Amino acid sequence: MEKITPLFNWHKNNNGNIVEFGGYLMPLHYSSGILHEHHVVRTKVGLFDVSHMGEFHFSGKDALTNLQYLISNDFSDLEIDKTRYGILVRKDGTAVDDLLVYRMAEEEYLVVVNAANIDKDEAYIKEHLFGDVKFQNISEDCGQIAIQGPLSQELLKRLTPINDMPYYTFKGNVTIAGKNVLVSRTGYTGEDGYEIYTAAADTEFLWNLFLETGKDLGVEPCGLGCRDTLRLEAAMPLYGHELNDETTPLEAGLSMFVKLNKEKFIAQEALSEKPLKRRIGLQLIDRGIAREHCDVYFNGEKVGIVSSGTKSPTLNQSIAMAFVPAELFKETQFEIDVRGKLLKAEKVKLPFYKR
Amino acid sequence: MEKYYAESHEWVMAVDENTVVVGISDYAQHALGDIVFLSNAEVGDTVIFGERFGDVESVKAVSEILSPVDGKVVEVNQDLEDTPELLNAKPLETWIIKVDGKIDPSKLMTEEVYLALDKGH
Repeated sequence: MEKITPLFNWHKNNNGNIVEFGGYLMPLHYSSGILHEHHVVRTKVGLFDVSHMGEFHFSGKDALTNLQYLISNDFSDLEIDKTRYGILVRKDGTAVDDLLVYRMAEEEYLVVVNAANIDKDEAYIKEHLFGDVKFQNISEDCGQIAIQGPLSQELLKRLTPINDMPYYTFKGNVTIAGKNVLVSRTGYTGEDGYEIYTAAADTEFLWNLFLETGKDLGVEPCGLGCRDTLRLEAAMPLYGHELNDETTPLEAGLSMFVKLNKEKFIAQEALSEKPLKRRIGLQLIDRGIAREHCDVYFNGEKVGIVSSGTKSPTLNQSIAMAFVPAELFKETQFEIDVRGKLLKAEKVKLPFYKR
Repeated sequence: MEKYYAESHEWVMAVDENTVVVGISDYAQHALGDIVFLSNAEVGDTVIFGERFGDVESVKAVSEILSPVDGKVVEVNQDLEDTPELLNAKPLETWIIKVDGKIDPSKLMTEEVYLALDKGH
């Protein structure tokens, strides 16, 4: 049985095209469609229901030591009210999930994980916890709304003073129309924006308030369809595509989020080795669209696979992320098998789009 | 001229005695969502009733286009190469291929029957 978010009825009553994602019933898009919503986020401001994301709470003297042990990044110098990305890994370096760590207080952290992985992550973390640490899965109590786009700051500052928030910082216990929220300057679209965490019960009230407040800015509700095309243009990894149970963060091109100079880290040894495969960005030269699972060829030989691909609405180009053997990382000319046709593709720098 | 519809949501319409044009229905374009690419047949290709002659791609999905007629492709709609979104905007006015062939009404639905069926979707 699929789960729903506090906004499910709103989506249903407002022409949300509902699909299953990560165990949740979520809107893929609303009546204006994925392309329109994509452009709304790139040019104005869009609202996303991301309440399906999971939230874990870590506290205690050894909270940090546990995060340091299980997550690839180094959080020892993460200041209170700052956020950092990392990958939850196994001993062999493979990714259990990718996540955000928020330092709430001296010995208190909020960890935000992917909806589809909530149960898996919880089980994995509980299996490995040590020392003085309290772990709580608070996913069911949390609602989350992403406000994304160049006008997101303009929208939010009408409701609360937020002028001095650099990227990857947050403020807890902010009051918006009497509701207690956490405002985080983060996002998954490659555009400026915020993620608002609140109580599940307050989510619909705030959603409607944001829509009303940003009406003259052109704010619109946006679904998971454009969330995917937006993050793909920004080359952000999506678990299940660029990261999975068989892929390490090094292979996924996330080495800047892997810190081995930590006292105790579960994958220290595995992630010290050079990766055998690498993530690359490809742009199609021939006409067509490369999608997930398409085979990648080099010199007529099958060498890799596309992890995500689409026709970029912003660039109007077919773009794809793919995994190829590390020794081919420097090559520039590849081919992609799109339903039996080999289409020429050229390696391009990631991200495809930068604001 | 009257349009006939296939169960797979393509339409076919005669333009003269030996020539027909083929497109996709409003239901089909709506179900697909934003169409961003069309992989079309080429002039000279033989098309067979019920067999794929092209693919229409939206942001999220790829869908085969099956021919509602037997014949030979005499023209393809070049406009769709750069503006496949015409299939969303005007599905019933936008033909995809022009075929030297004849409609077989016994294998197809009239517009009236198809639209009645469409309501059931």
